[in-house]
Amino acid sequence: MSSTTPLLDVSGLTKHFPIKGGFPIRRTVGHVQAVDGLDFQVGEGESLGLVGESGCGKSTTGRLITRLLEPTAGKISYQGKDITHANRKQLAPVRSEIQMIFQDPYASLNPRHTVGKIIAGPMEINDINPAGGREKRVRELLEIVGLNPEHYNRFPHEFSGGQRQRIGVARALALEPKLIVADEPVSALDVSIQAQVVNLLQKVQQELGIAFVFIAHDLAVVRHFSQRVAVMYLGKIVEIADRDDLYGNPRHPYTRALLSAVPEATVDETPARERIRLQGDVPSPINPPSGCRFRTRCWKATEKCATEAPPLVQVEGNKPGHLTACHYPETADTVPAPRLSKDPEPAV
Amino acid sequence: MTSTDQQPFLSIKDLKVHFSTEDGTVKAVDGLSFDLVRGKTLGIVGESGSGKSVTNLTILGLHNPDSTKVEGSITLDGEELNGASEKTLEKLRGNKMSMIFQDALTSLSPYHTIGKQIGETYRKHTGCSKKAARDRAIEMLRRVGIPQPEVRVDDYPHQFSGGMRQRAMIAMALVCDPELLIADEPTTALDVTVQAQIMDLLKDLQKEFGTAIIFITHDLGVIADIADDVLVMYGGRCVERGSKKEVLRDPQHPYTWGLLSSMPSLDHPVDVPLNPIPGSPPSLLNPPSGCRFHPRCAFAEKVEGGLCSSERPLLEIVDGRGSACHLTAEQRGEYFSDLAGSAAN
Repeated sequence: MSSTTPLLDVSGLTKHFPIKGGFPIRRTVGHVQAVDGLDFQVGEGESLGLVGESGCGKSTTGRLITRLLEPTAGKISYQGKDITHANRKQLAPVRSEIQMIFQDPYASLNPRHTVGKIIAGPMEINDINPAGGREKRVRELLEIVGLNPEHYNRFPHEFSGGQRQRIGVARALALEPKLIVADEPVSALDVSIQAQVVNLLQKVQQELGIAFVFIAHDLAVVRHFSQRVAVMYLGKIVEIADRDDLYGNPRHPYTRALLSAVPEATVDETPARERIRLQGDVPSPINPPSGCRFRTRCWKATEKCATEAPPLVQVEGNKPGHLTACHYPETADTVPAPRLSKDPEPAV
Repeated sequence: MTSTDQQPFLSIKDLKVHFSTEDGTVKAVDGLSFDLVRGKTLGIVGESGSGKSVTNLTILGLHNPDSTKVEGSITLDGEELNGASEKTLEKLRGNKMSMIFQDALTSLSPYHTIGKQIGETYRKHTGCSKKAARDRAIEMLRRVGIPQPEVRVDDYPHQFSGGMRQRAMIAMALVCDPELLIADEPTTALDVTVQAQIMDLLKDLQKEFGTAIIFITHDLGVIADIADDVLVMYGGRCVERGSKKEVLRDPQHPYTWGLLSSMPSLDHPVDVPLNPIPGSPPSLLNPPSGCRFHPRCAFAEKVEGGLCSSERPLLEIVDGRGSACHLTAEQRGEYFSDLAGSAAN
């Protein structure tokens, strides 16, 4: 690690949810291994994208960082301070610096409060009185996120989905945070509105220098927003790299398959990316496959993959900072995966 | 297949669906026409509230007749469906035409096994025995790629994963070999790798059975993958229609331009901000006058005489291609190449 401490440093982060069962005495009969040994850092003003399919643990990771969940193991340091098991009181100052934007703009705003009260909420809780009063600050915030400051006294139901998400962003900005965890902030919105909110978040990130952990399943949105990207699969990071390295030179077979599955709105005869069709579904995190967790869907899997979990390292041919967890990493000129679908792609 | 191949299999003419609510009349669909031939896929794109789902529920006759006013004609294979009796529709639903819904978990009954739910439709329409229905269900599950169908046929929906549930829904929709399949955002709730599997499956099944498919989605990428023709809807009306190639390569309506340029793609230059459509979709209780897109349209002021806000642009379809916009062909060519140029730089 470099001499400067990263804003957020996560190592070995693990969360296992117990499964209770049995009668009459309910015992723990197993664990959902939602997140299993994550290591990553987020620098000051940096934006890290977390991508993966549903159930891969990306939202759990977001909730662990904000300490809405208690980690099972591992360590979370914020500005060099260990906050893994900090109590409520110790967390209070940290919480005002780490804010969250939620997925559902309908469920995350209290329908009985005015927009003014919602956005002033964080200031009230932390007993912060900005110069000029809270109302002035709220009006400023409304202006930053592109809403009319005159709408201060309106209720959430008077706004559309995209506008509500802007309110969520304004609330997250209220305490001038250093880090914002955005959990699928645009996936509930219409396509034409998504772009508005992505642009807003980008403006906020660049102009206010806030670090972001941007959780999403949409690879194109993440690429647009994040400087570094981590790909998760069944509770583990399989690949992490700078944006251009990850999208330009994916080394993990899963990253490659994921990228190739994104439908693109083009009708070119030669698709930009070779289509790789993965078979089957993501296995259950209650009893994940031994060794490499992706091996059950991987076309390259061997004995070694079943017995030995590949470490997340800088494999040969990777640029510094590009880590891949695979025994048989892909290279740019690797013969593409065998087509798993029966028929060749019909020519358009 | 019969000699009616070239005849449109499904034909919608000037369809209007209006709901009466406490606040007034919602004009969910306002004068929509399209045709669909056998073995082809029509992709319908639009944002929430554009009327795409309502159109398709109306085709199946699944609207509430008490509060809904349906005008226009819906002909399926020569048979008029608007105003048809419930008995006629019941015979057609699940048999000649069927539907795949977006959310497979809420569309399947949690109290019955997958096999029973698939077999139920088949028994109703063929009057076969329970045993035959079960065999058919197993066959269908095998066809949609569920492993060990003999075992899984007795599972309940909660024992299936998201992708498997969607497959089971497809099996249920296809159990009577329908000639028209309406898929309402069938892959929106799924992950990309599973979405790719489901779209391949639909394509394979279409090749095998020659089914006509209406595929509703808000994702132009999905359209590029699966559709033959595309219909773009906005505010209850069709704003553009054409083959997939025509619509995606050479879109004619400013709304389609907006959709295309607001979508981040894996090739979009990262330092250029996205180009969103300003504002939000219109309320259909009180839709904008004239062209419904004009309040959000960057080009509305280029049309002389304020035509966009006063007069509804006509949709003229020539050879299956057309768009509803007041801009002249020259203006469109100029503005779109400007847009495409600024996105490329």
